[in-house]
Parts: sequence; structure tokens; C-alpha cells
Amino acid sequence: MKSIIVVARKDLRIEGRSRTLLARVVPFALLVLVLFAVALDSEPLILRASAGLVWMAILFATMLVVQRSFEIETSDAALDSVLSCTSSPSRVYFGKALATFVQLFALATLLVLCSVVLYGSRVDGDGLVLLVTVMLTATAGLSLVGTLYGVVVARLNGRDSLLPLLSLPVLAPLLIGAARATEAAFGSQTIDMSNGWAWTALLAVYAVVFGSAGAVAFAPLAQGDS
Amino acid sequence: MSSTVADATAIHLDDAVVALGGFPALAGVTLEIGTGELVALRGANGSGKSTLLRLCAGLLPLTRGGATVLGVDLADHRDAARTLVGLLGHDNGLYADLTARENVRFIAEMVGAPNDDVESSLARLGIDGRVARTRAAALSAGQRRRTALASLVVRRARLWLLDEPHAGLDSAARQELDSILRDATRSGATVVYTTHDVESRPESTPRTITLTGGTVTSDVAGAGLGEGVAPRRTP
Amino acid sequence: MNTAPSHVAVASIRGTGTGATRVLGAISLALLVWLVVSALFLTPADVVQGDSVRIMYVHVPAAWVAYLAFITTAVASGCSLVRRHRTLGFDRVAGASAEVGVLFMGMALVTGSLWGRLTWGTFWQWDPRLTTTLFLFITYVGYLAVRQVDVDPQQRARRSAVIALLAVLEIPLVHFSVVLWRSLHQEASVLNADGDVRLDDLMLFTLFSGVVAFTLVFAWLVIHRQRLTALADTERVIGLDSAIAVRRAEVAR
Repeated sequence: MKSIIVVARKDLRIEGRSRTLLARVVPFALLVLVLFAVALDSEPLILRASAGLVWMAILFATMLVVQRSFEIETSDAALDSVLSCTSSPSRVYFGKALATFVQLFALATLLVLCSVVLYGSRVDGDGLVLLVTVMLTATAGLSLVGTLYGVVVARLNGRDSLLPLLSLPVLAPLLIGAARATEAAFGSQTIDMSNGWAWTALLAVYAVVFGSAGAVAFAPLAQGDS
Repeated sequence: MSSTVADATAIHLDDAVVALGGFPALAGVTLEIGTGELVALRGANGSGKSTLLRLCAGLLPLTRGGATVLGVDLADHRDAARTLVGLLGHDNGLYADLTARENVRFIAEMVGAPNDDVESSLARLGIDGRVARTRAAALSAGQRRRTALASLVVRRARLWLLDEPHAGLDSAARQELDSILRDATRSGATVVYTTHDVESRPESTPRTITLTGGTVTSDVAGAGLGEGVAPRRTP
Repeated sequence: MNTAPSHVAVASIRGTGTGATRVLGAISLALLVWLVVSALFLTPADVVQGDSVRIMYVHVPAAWVAYLAFITTAVASGCSLVRRHRTLGFDRVAGASAEVGVLFMGMALVTGSLWGRLTWGTFWQWDPRLTTTLFLFITYVGYLAVRQVDVDPQQRARRSAVIALLAVLEIPLVHFSVVLWRSLHQEASVLNADGDVRLDDLMLFTLFSGVVAFTLVFAWLVIHRQRLTALADTERVIGLDSAIAVRRAEVAR
């Protein structure tokens, strides 16, 4: 447990120094939100689509965060020395996923606020509880799957294009679930609160399933040949 | 895993072949290195020195032959070898955005070593004061090398595999490195390092194995360590 | 030590065909000819759908083979992780089956959307089965892309096996979430539309022989592809032998 925290703290400290999230990922995600609005060009349509658009932006941003998370590990072969320090590589997996989770949750909070400002989404009492729960479970799933596929491609040539190709299909259920549940939290007419909670349960199952798979699969994937 | 043979032998290679993309970087190497030995690997560029180290560190798959490191069979369990072995390759394994001290402390926290070890190993390698507080990206090549060595000291690996550790160090640092390596062997670790140097440290030459074209061409026992000079040629 | 075939066996191989595969190929070919004749000329047109129902004789077998290939790849991948001494053998089967599977999956998607155009008036419906198949297709394309990257064969086997097994987790989740998603919006489904087709005995028999023919073609292609990869691996081993000899000769000189 301690080494999970140690790895996560190390990643967050590096983020604090290099400010990649602040300097590149946040502006990119905001740009995606704005561009979607421009492309749709109809206020009622934007308001209806707002939940989906927020999660699309987070999904794209996840690719950047995960790529950065493994760039720091592979640029000077630090991953090799980290792995040789522990007999259970799954702790390194959970540590890196935890750091990614913290960053993505902060980003999700910011983007939801932007959605309120830019798109005019509204959240009230019950909706807020649901919204926070959705953000927690969905970003947990995003971090666990992202970190798992991040290590799949970490040592491959062409990893920048392989990461989205491999991970986005897997993340599709998460996108559907997070968007529907957020729509419910925003008080949409087409989906009610109980449905929103059902989707949140699916998101939790998803995070547990892929978290367990990642814990098992990380070791053979991380220990590369080059 | 803890048989008497495994205890006495750190590295045992039996006609080991490692192919890198169809090219036999190691073309059948047979050698044995005992626990606590200090061994220099010599050879021209492309003779297979680095490949040999990476094989022993469990980073490259064995293509043919047999290889055992610290009692671990590399053909079947090369992953298990990694936690026992400390490899310092061409890369230093440092995080560019962390300071030298933070890099070493991170490794110490991962293996559960006390903070005193971090300070003593940093001091030992001459990384103190301002240098310890400098981001790794801003360190000189030699300072980065020494930081990476400090991480190895903190890890207390049982087998040290060092690829060109002397490169980029000034002569004072080279001597300090040599004494660190000897200390490591005295405390039971085995040290294998590669070098270009033909003429190194005249008063105490370690056992020197020469690689040519991916095979062992000479194996000369150490001198000045209380052992007689006993050149042996491998069959 | 590795699972390369012995050199003696290599010397006797002239191609990837053997007696068994030639018989298999001949039977598949005969069945395909029967399928074409029966599907295009012998079976009647559907009362409602007309001649477009004939697409079914290609679409259903192709979709069946696509999912069969998916299962074959998953099982072979699992075996390659567990049976460590036969890793490369199972990996070859997994890779070959995935390649053929992508081909048939593409065929199923194209024929399905052509049929959809004729029947519903649209090329694409966000129906759970179609959507799941599309995601499976993309996942497979990614799997093949990873196999293309040139790394150590053992490492590649391990990495691609993990991806194939993760797809087994992914596909039910995709299917389930699409079902849940669509159920909130509209009820239209291929399942209901399919129910309108009344199959007489000959149509049913033709469909069944299509499934058998496509399965045999799949087996035939996978066997040949797998043997071809095995030969390429052997070629590498032989190349390594001579490369070692060359290196040793250089040292001796």
C-alpha cells in the first residue's frame, strides 16, 4: 500500500514541476469544448449534448495524461529501475493509476464547471450527489484502463497513435455510461435519476473489472525486452 | 533456489546465445562468476558487452543455451531476476523533473530503506549541497551517473551490472567509484562492469574477461588482490 | 529450447499444403460452388424482402465466422499465456485467426449495411449487435496493429495475448451498455426485422451449408497462415545458425 502512495506522489510531484496538465491538457480540453459548441451551432442542441461533450473532452485529455505518465517512465528507462524495486508490479500500476485519477478528477471538475458556464447546464441538490459520484467512478475507470493500455504501448514504436486505437474502443462503455448518468444529473427530460444511478453502478463494475485485469496484466506487460 | 551451488555462483552462462533481430549479439558465451567477485568486461564496440549485462539483468530473452543468475534460471524466470539485480545501463533511470536527492529518495522509499541511507549514499558519491537540490535534467552527465549509482547503493542489489560506469567521470570520481565497487563486493555483492580502458588502476586489476564478436576470447584472473596472476583461456 | 520446428522437418516442407489441407480446400470449394448456385438460383425470393434476402446467405455465415475467429483468438491467446513452452505455436494460431477474422468481420459489416439499406432504407442502425460488431472490428484492427510492431516474438506473443483477453472483457460490456443505451431511445431492432423472414427447408439448408462452407474456409486459411508464420520463424532460426557461425569464424581468424 505504501509503495502505491510513493509512486503516485512521485508522479504528482513531477506534474507539479513540469505543469503538463496545466500548460497543455487543460487548454486542449477547453478548446475541445469550445470547438464542439461551434460545430453544433445551436444552443438547445448544445445543452442536450453537453454531458456527452464534457466526457468526450475528458476522454481525449485522458490520452494526453496517460501518454505523459509513461513518457516520464520510458525517456530515461526509469520504469526498469522502479520495477526492479518491487516484487509486486501491480503496486506500480495502482500508483500510476492513482496519480492519473487525481489529475483527471481535477480536470473533470473544471470541465463540468465550464459546461455550466459555456453550455448553460444546471445541477441541483440530488443531481450534485449523482454528478460527483459519476465523476469519481468514471475517472477511476478512465485512469485504470488508460494506465493499463499506456503500459501496453509504452515501449512500442508509434505508441502515440496506438494508444487511442487500442483504448478508445474499450472506453466506449464508459463514455456511454458517464454521459448518460451526467445527463441525468443535469436534469435531462429523457433520462431520470434512478437511471443515472444504474449507469453509475455499471461504471463501478467497469472500474473493478478493468482494475483487476490491470493488476494481473501489468507485470508481464511492463517488463519489456528493450 | 538457495542450494550451495547457487550461493557460490552469481552468474553461470552455458553457451548462451542472445539474438537481437536475427543478429547473434552473443554467439555462445560460457562463463562463471562467483559471488563477491569484481569482474571487468572488456571488448570493442559491438562485442556483446552490453548485451551480456542486459541478459543477466533479465531484460533480454535468452535465445539458446543456459543462463543462471543468483540461482534464478533466466530461460524460465527472467522476471524474478530483476529484483535481485541492479543494472546501470546507458540510461540512468532518473526522472528529469525530480532533483538528484528526490530521485534517490524515491528508490529508497520503494525498497523501504531508511532516509539516512539516502544521505550517506549521496555524500559517498559527492552529490551534496546545491547539486542534490538540482533537477536531474540540469545535472551534468557525470553527476547524473553518480546519482544513478547512489540509487544502486541505496537499493543494496546483490548483483551490480554496470555499463561503462567510469565514462564521464573525472579521475577522482573514478577512484571513488572503484572503492565503492570494492566495498560492495566486500559486503557480499557481485559486481560486473564493462570498460573500454585497457590500462586501468595498475595496483589492483580485477578479473578481466574480454569479449570479441559475441564470444569470450580471454579470461584473466585479478592481480593485486592477494591472488596470483593466473591467465586462463576458455576452451 | 524455443519452439522452432527441427531442421529435418523444414527440409521436407515444400509449401504450406498437406494432404489434409488439400482435401479440406477441395471440400470448401465444392461447398462454396453449391452455395452460390443455391443462394442465387435455387432458393426463392422472400415475400416481403424480395431478392435482397439472398444477402443473408453470405452475411450470416460471415458474422458467424467473425465471432468464431474472435473466440479462437481468445482461446489460443489464453493457451499461449498458460502453456509457456508452446507460447509461439499458440500465438501463431491467435494471430492467423485474428487476420482472417477481421476479413470476415468486414464482410459481415458490409453485407449487413447493404441489406439494411435495402430493407430499412439506411446503411446503419445503432442496433446493439451491429454496434458491438463494429467495436469488435476496431478492437481487432488495433490488435493487428500491435502485432505489426517489430519486437521480440515472445514479448509480442505476451503483449498481444493480453490485448486479446482484454477484448473478451470489453465486448460484453460494450454490448450490455449499448443495449441499455438503445433501450432508452427507440425499440427498433434487427431481431424484430429478422423475425419476418420465413425460411423454407431449402433456404434453411442453404444457410446451413453456407455456415459450414465459411467455417471450412476459415479453418483452411488459418492453417495455411499459421504454417506460413511457422516457416518464417524457422527461417529466422536457420538464419541465426549461420549468423552465429559467421561471427565465430570472424573471431577465430
